[in-house]
Formats: sequence, C-alpha cells, structure tokens
Amino acid sequence: MSVVTEPQQSARSTGALPQGRVTGQSRLHLEKAKRPISERFTFLVPTLYIIFLMLPIYWLFNMSLKTNQEILSGFSLWPTNPTLANYMVIFTDPSWYSGYINSITYVVLNTVISVAVALPAAYAFSRYRFLGDKHLFFWLLTNRMAPPAVFALPFFQLYSSFGLIDTHIAVALAHCLFNVPLAVWILEGFMSGVPKEIDETAYIDGYSFPKFFVKIFMPLIASGIGVAAFFCFMFSWVELLIARTLTTTDAKPIAATMTRTVSASGLDWGVLAAAGVLTIIPGALVIWFVRNYIAKGFALGRV
Amino acid sequence: MLQLKGVGKVVGGVDHIMDVSMTLEAGSLNVLLGPTLSGKTTLMRLMAGLDKPTSGRILANGKDVTGHSVRKRDVAMVYQQFINYPALTVYENIASPLRIARLGQDEIDRKVKKAADLLKLSPYLDRTPLNLSGGQQQRTALARALVKGAHLVLMDEPLANLDYKLREELRAELPKIFAESGAVFVYATTEPSEALLLGGKTATLHEGRVSQFGPTLDVYKRPNTLITAQTFSDPPMNTLSIVKKGDVLELPNGTQIPVADNEKRLVDGPYIAGFRPHHLHLSKRTDHHFGLKGMVQVSEITGSESFIHVDCVGETWVALAHGIRNIEVDDEIEVFLDPRNFLVFETNGRLATLDMPVEA
Repeated sequence: MSVVTEPQQSARSTGALPQGRVTGQSRLHLEKAKRPISERFTFLVPTLYIIFLMLPIYWLFNMSLKTNQEILSGFSLWPTNPTLANYMVIFTDPSWYSGYINSITYVVLNTVISVAVALPAAYAFSRYRFLGDKHLFFWLLTNRMAPPAVFALPFFQLYSSFGLIDTHIAVALAHCLFNVPLAVWILEGFMSGVPKEIDETAYIDGYSFPKFFVKIFMPLIASGIGVAAFFCFMFSWVELLIARTLTTTDAKPIAATMTRTVSASGLDWGVLAAAGVLTIIPGALVIWFVRNYIAKGFALGRV
Repeated sequence: MLQLKGVGKVVGGVDHIMDVSMTLEAGSLNVLLGPTLSGKTTLMRLMAGLDKPTSGRILANGKDVTGHSVRKRDVAMVYQQFINYPALTVYENIASPLRIARLGQDEIDRKVKKAADLLKLSPYLDRTPLNLSGGQQQRTALARALVKGAHLVLMDEPLANLDYKLREELRAELPKIFAESGAVFVYATTEPSEALLLGGKTATLHEGRVSQFGPTLDVYKRPNTLITAQTFSDPPMNTLSIVKKGDVLELPNGTQIPVADNEKRLVDGPYIAGFRPHHLHLSKRTDHHFGLKGMVQVSEITGSESFIHVDCVGETWVALAHGIRNIEVDDEIEVFLDPRNFLVFETNGRLATLDMPVEA
C-alpha cells in the first residue's frame, strides 16, 4: 500500500511545514529583542534568487515585444512601442510555425513510444528476478551517461541507410535512446511501491494479465506514468543535436530553425526572441500540469 | 476437498516446506498454527497455486491441480496486509471476481449487497478503500473473498493488523460467514489462543513441517511431540528434565516426587516433562503439588494476569498467575506444580504418555 499512502504522507508533511513556520514566528516573537535585523531580511535571498532566475526570461519576453530597431538602438527596461509583429511573423510564416509542429510531433511520438515500451520493461524489473536483472537495469542507465554527440554519427548513417532521414519518427526513435531508460527507471520505482499481493489478488480473482495491467495496475501508478511522460517530453523537447542531425527540412525542429535565422539583412532579433518565448511555453505548460506528481516522484527517490 | 501429498518447496536451496501431506475436508475450518517463518504463508501460497511446489502433488476435489495457474483455480485469499484495488470503489472491489466471471448486473448487485450487509460495509460502497479505516479495508477484502464463493478460502493472518476489539468481533463472525459456503477454509495464525477460539482442525507448523494435524482440542490436549506442544502454547510450554525410577520421578536437583497415576506405565529412564504456564502455581493448591524454589527474572503484568518468569532447577519457566502480583525481580519464591499435569515426552521429543488428564 505504500505507494498509495504516499500522497497522504506528502500532503501531511507539506501541511506540517506552515505549522513549523508558525511556531518559528512565535519563537521569533519572544526573541525579537535579540535578533531583529537578521530575521527581518530573510526574504532577501529568495527574492534575489528569483530575480536572477527570471531576468533572462523577462529580457527575452521584453525583446520579443520590441522592433529590431529598438533592440539595437539602445537600452530600455520595457518596450517603448510594444508590438506583436514578431509573433505575427511566426504564426504566419510556415518556415517558422512548421518548426513547432515538427517538434511537437516527434516529441509526442517519442513520449508515447518511450512510455509504452518502458511500462512492460519496468514491470518485469520490479516483479521478476532473472539472470542479470540488476546489471541490465544499471546498464540501461549508463545509456544516459553518454553525450548525444557520440550517437549523432552512427544514427545519421543508420537512418540514412533506412531512408528515415528527415522524418518525425526518426527523431522520435533516436530520442528513445535516452528516454526509455529514464522512463524504465522512474516507472520501476513507482511499480515497486505497489505490493505484489495486489497482482496476486487480481490473478486469484481471475484477471488476465493485460486486463489486470490496464484496469488495476495502471491506475495505481498513474502519477508515475505522468512523471515519466513529463521527463520524456522535456528531454525530447530540449534535445537539439540529434534532432538537427537527423532532419533537413520536412521535420526540422523549432530549435534548429532558431539557430538558422541569420538572413541577408542580419539577425532578426525580435522574431528570434518571440520564437524563444513560444518555445518555453509548451515545457512550462507540461510542468504546470505534472508539478504535483513530480513532487511525489522526488519523494520516491527516483527522479 | 483439498489434498496435499508429500508437498515440498525449496527456495534458493533452502527447504521452506518439507513433505507436507494433509487432507482438508469440504466445509471444514483448518487452522495453520506456527510462529513466523514456520512456513504458513508458503504453504498457503502452494495451496492457492500462487507458487508451484518443488515436489509432491496437490489435489482439489480429487483433481490434480499441481502447477495449475491460480487464475484457473477456484480459490479466494485474504492477506494480512489490507489488499484491495485502490483505484476502484468498495462496490467494484467486491464485485471484481463476479465481473470477471461475467455474471449479470442484477446478480452482481444482489451478491455484493448481501456480502456488504454481512460485513457491515453497506454505507461505504461508494468510497474507495483508502478512505476507509483499516478494519473496513480488511472487511472489503473479506467480502471479495466471500462473494466469489470459491471452494478454497485462504486467510493469511487476516486479523493480525487489526485492533483488539475488531479482531475479537471478526474472529467470531468469520467462521460463521464462511461455514455456509461449504468451502475448505484455511486460516493461518501465530496465536495459539486464536486457534483454540476458532476451533475446527489445527495443523501445527514448525520449520516447514506439519508437526501435527487434527481436531484443535486434540492437538492442544495431546500434542504428539514436544515441538507441537511448544508451538501450541503461548507463552511457550515449560520443560523439566526428569528421570523415572520406579515409583518416583527424580528432578535435576535430586528431589524425588511420587509418580502420578497416568505416568506409572512408563519404563524407567530419562524423560522431558512439559507443563503449561497456567499449571505452575505460586501457592500450593492440592496435596499433589510440590514446591520448588526459584529466582524471579521478569514479572509482566497484562492486567487480569501476570506472567512471572522464574529460574528454577536450571530452567527458565513462566508462571501464569491471576490478578496483578507485585513480585520484585530477584525475589526468591516458591512455585508449585502437579505431576498430573505433566505431558511426558521421551528425550527425542515424542509424547510418552497416552492417557492424559482432560484438563491438560
């Protein structure tokens, strides 16, 4: 039952946090005379941290609302003549918006493939003991340790000989190299938290394996699937090198488009900034939806 | 009816179950009694078909089911941990084996309602198991086992994780609930008192072997080995080395006591006498009692009873006394025992006496 009681526990522990702060404050009340300054400025460090963190993102957003002329002419903290022209360029020019479509296509494909492949693998690792299972499990992880550049050349050669260059599925499959091990690793942690007796009870009740897996087991590890899918999405979304190597025009990802925007008239700063803002959005959205699950994943120690 | 024939299970070169043969009748209540690691759960898993025995055969209603998948076996099982399907409501949890059996909605509804009534779950049918108390969760698991109407119902310490009151309540209800179904009912427990309260038949397990299997009271009164006697006694049975010399029994400290009637038939020689803690008294009750001096090691008070651990003639014994006794550690006290209460075992652990007093 441990995985299922997890949310309650984490809810309790997060619920305990403010209480701790309250007692801290009441103690502060008593010791006010002793340490007033150091306590009064505790907000400073997190505030500075957040400012530094948000500054580049704000600057990107700031630039995306300016014209090229304004960006190059001088320094201003906010746009003097805000314009959405840069965004209009991206939404109307196929060479721009197709980049987003391509990226999302192969990222979604990759996420689906990775999770679908990782689910049975993780189940095997968590439920069965077989020869070399621990070594295999570790070996899966070592795939994450090599930089993608190592695989760029063999992938390019392999995919060209199969005629898969410049297709979405090529990038999706290539990204499985590092996403499948990750998904297996995350899902195995969640699955091991489900007591084996639940499987057995289902078999005793007469469930077939596929029915048990879909109807009983998957709902139990739904948050794990969410976390795994999120990480697959994220890593595939930010990966540039392999995606660029395996594509030319038809499946060119947005990140590659952004690095190839030096036109005859020079660099188009505003459009590039707008593209950057739009590239952040899908990742931010996904993080927003799975933020609670990720906390749980961290609690399980597998993320 | 479930028959085990010479069933054994080896895991990683270690014998977990050795040569178990027993016949469990339909409609009978069978208790597997043994301490932790004695192999109760392993034996149950073999009975259910969750694990395959390394040797021997298992027959259900005369049909060989050794190695059959548990899905094809007609069994129900309840675990010590509260195992339910957390994603389903209590109703769907109970209905799950019926849905798999493809019963009609009306029939499912009727059976689930009936089981829920019996186990007092009716108000909670729409909740999920995690929003229930521990007792209710376990009752959901019990209802699921009940509703299936299986021919073999296995319960692996189902009440161990429940609080005292609920345990009492369910222990009284369980045999009644399942008695109607005519199923082979197997109940594993570590507590001798639970076996006695349940009645039926008891199999005592010790290190993977069934040391004795028979009607519960018979096993309790006439354990055929010292191991069975010790398994079926809580706190464990006290032992005393004795040597029979004609009409007297000689204790290790040289004291000689007259032989009780039922021990007269024994041939002279060394024996081990076993007696239960409630037969070791702190005062002389009858003329047959004889006293021994001992040193108090520990005194435990449970409320209505006190357990006094005494070092006596080189053994550590436990005496059960009624009420709260204030006895200090290291006090020297006199304890009394009656040779008529002795279960006399040969030195190899086999029961030597056959006609035992009824109150043993």
